Amino acid sequence: MPVLESKPDVLVVGGGVAALAAAIEAARLGASVRLLDAAPRELMGGNTRHSRNFRYAHSAPTPATPDSYLEDDFRADLLRATEGLAHPVLSDLLVSESRDLPRWLADQGVALQRADDGNLPYSRRTAFFLGGGMAAVRALYDRAHALGVQVRHDAPVSALRLDGTRVRAALGGQRLMSAGAFVLANGGAHAAPDLLREHWGDAAEGFLNRGTPWGRGELLRGLLAQGAQAVGDPGLLYLVAVDARSPREDGGIVTRIRGMPLGIVVDAMGRRRHDEGADTASTRYARWGQRLAAFPGQIGWLVLDAAGLRAAPPALYPPIQAGDPLRLAQQAGIDGPKLAATLTEYNARIVQPDDPTDPSRWRTAGLEPPKSNYALPMVEPPFSAYPMRPGITFAHHGVAVDDRTRVRWRDGGYLDNGFAAGMIMAANLIPRGYVSGLAVTIGLVFGRIAGREAAAYALGGT
Amino acid sequence: MRSAAPDMGGGAEQAPGVSAGGDAAELARQLRICNICQYCNGLCAVFSAAERRPSFTEWDLDQLANLCHHCRSCLYDCQYAPPHAFAVNLPRALARQRRESYARYAWPRPLAALFGAGGPVTLALGAGVVLACVLAMLIAVPLSVLFSPQLGPGAFYRILPLPVMAGGAALSLGFALFAVGVGVWRFWSAGARASGAAPVRWSAVGRALLHLLRLDNLRGGGPGCADVDHRPSRLRRRLHHALFYGFLGTLAATIAAAGQHHLLGEQAPYPLTSAPVLLGTAGGLSMVVGCIGLLWLHRREDRTPTDPLGRGMDIALLWLLLAVSGTGLGLLVLRATPLMGLALVVHLGTVLALFLLLPYGKLVHGAYRAAALLRDASEMDAEVDAEAEVR
Repeated sequence: MPVLESKPDVLVVGGGVAALAAAIEAARLGASVRLLDAAPRELMGGNTRHSRNFRYAHSAPTPATPDSYLEDDFRADLLRATEGLAHPVLSDLLVSESRDLPRWLADQGVALQRADDGNLPYSRRTAFFLGGGMAAVRALYDRAHALGVQVRHDAPVSALRLDGTRVRAALGGQRLMSAGAFVLANGGAHAAPDLLREHWGDAAEGFLNRGTPWGRGELLRGLLAQGAQAVGDPGLLYLVAVDARSPREDGGIVTRIRGMPLGIVVDAMGRRRHDEGADTASTRYARWGQRLAAFPGQIGWLVLDAAGLRAAPPALYPPIQAGDPLRLAQQAGIDGPKLAATLTEYNARIVQPDDPTDPSRWRTAGLEPPKSNYALPMVEPPFSAYPMRPGITFAHHGVAVDDRTRVRWRDGGYLDNGFAAGMIMAANLIPRGYVSGLAVTIGLVFGRIAGREAAAYALGGT
Repeated sequence: MRSAAPDMGGGAEQAPGVSAGGDAAELARQLRICNICQYCNGLCAVFSAAERRPSFTEWDLDQLANLCHHCRSCLYDCQYAPPHAFAVNLPRALARQRRESYARYAWPRPLAALFGAGGPVTLALGAGVVLACVLAMLIAVPLSVLFSPQLGPGAFYRILPLPVMAGGAALSLGFALFAVGVGVWRFWSAGARASGAAPVRWSAVGRALLHLLRLDNLRGGGPGCADVDHRPSRLRRRLHHALFYGFLGTLAATIAAAGQHHLLGEQAPYPLTSAPVLLGTAGGLSMVVGCIGLLWLHRREDRTPTDPLGRGMDIALLWLLLAVSGTGLGLLVLRATPLMGLALVVHLGTVLALFLLLPYGKLVHGAYRAAALLRDASEMDAEVDAEAEVR
């Protein structure tokens, strides 16, 4: 028999930046707020703990961001990344509300890294949390505590009890928690193995979850089953190439494999499948994640010779290494003769450019698939291999919301007192594609709106 | 070029769980994670210095450990801090490496064992020195002299003759400076061998000195450091300033007293409004505030980011400095009473203990930190030069 608990004005479900922004805004408006985070205290913060920066519009340089990033630029970038599918009204809201984020964050005690401290890459589009997302999460929890928000960790919420379009209570374990209004900000379903299996079949076994293990999406799936309007596609994942030896969950930023243009990428049969030189922008991480998902066994290897390894960015695990391709293949679990043949053919098809000092000019001719950039000879032993798998970052899937973050119902109605923020509704804005720093901005902007709306509803007495 | 010294903790068995290869290998493992993540590089100089290094020799680790001011923010800001499987606790790993580096470079080598002996041993040795001084005094000075009021110029020297006092101070301090100097020189030359001796320019000296005097690396990148728990605070930096500049004040008092003695021919004790007494009193009070404040911080701090042995060394040094400054102020209060003799001996005993133990305790951190900051500033110059050359 579920136990009924004392009733706050606003119950916030979730522990990342969206939940925190909502809790803080609701408390600032005078609402009594309880926040339920599924993770233990030591691993709090949802996926914000793995984040570092957020995207925001600004018309003049700030200490945290050089130059300007106009609202129109932001909107254009969002449309381009999502192939025009971003919800227009919510996009406008995201972009215009993003302007205020640095000031709001400063008011809550979150510090930003100075853009001119010599340690950041140039970025006019995003501001960086000093100390990363974990530092921001801690500051926001401190702020929430100071505002009287009751925070509970180890408190997952699995379902909502509805009364028509009114949320009556949230069910967490054996506890049934009622409140005046509810903010649903506990993320998508990226870490739910059964959901993955539903959409990807056996391939799901080959995926790693880069993010928090607590993103099971039970609440999201329950809402959809209860009649909420879905956005995006549960099978569409934002995937990044990560080292196959990484932990199954929570690996974060450091498990990425980045040096693809410096070598060749082969499958277990020792075959190349894509042009490794085609994209060198940061979008290549995601592109390789998608490609690996289609590799046999969802595993591929970045193979480098000694010169390639020297040029490659540092990686978490040391590569598998051997003096020649055959032995390398044997150690890595790749078809050896095939890998040797692939390398021989690759080296034979390289065309030396007029200016051999510029590696970006080297390419292959008559090779299928070609390597259109950085096609340097791979001859210097030892040879190295990084095993790679697709690493799940998030799923492009969630509930539809309106411009007040009210959860939309399939029959056209809305939840009266259920407001969604963060990755549970991010697919309204990014049904596909991604640009850096967007997830935190979505969490902050819509978390703040959801918190204000929830407080207004609960305090309005309706 | 980088020397052929072995990369610590390299090799194929290297995995992101806690390393079994000892403290240095464990620190190298953690730093490799930091070098990929880089989220903390706005907090202090350690992270950019680590990013400059493709691999970590023992000296690289010593350099980074001594660049670290133990701000601790990077533990609380870390997405991989325990209980995460990657178990990154960089402030603790750096503190351990720092303590071990003091022992590695110490002179003479056998006394390096004191770095591993723990704070209570240091304090017991210090107390022993003070006790020995008092005993010696009780034997050497007639009780009627020791316990009668000594007033007027030269009063101190009737208890302890000037040549003994000055000679003892010069010998013990000389030994301390020489021993620390040898240690830091060993550290510096190891760096010169490893880093290809990037030229040291005066501008680098200036920048390093500013970083040292302002404790720029104890700002946590601006908002402050995790002094007690994760919350940014400026307390430790301010208390360290109180202690350090108070210490400089007492040093200035000593120099002023020497000047008054040798140049003006005036013998101590000096009047309350004289430069030595004013500087010494202000400095001593400032030291007392700094010591008590820092001891209080140690009582309250989260010990997760600390190295237990290093923490014990910190606390021992703070008690020693508190004894020196406290007994100095006590001497000022008691100098016109029959207890002056005893107060003088106890004070000078603590000073002697401080000097003798200096090369084998936490006070060496200042010298190693200065060297590490200078090396870091020079490395940055070299980096700028290299970039300019590319352009």
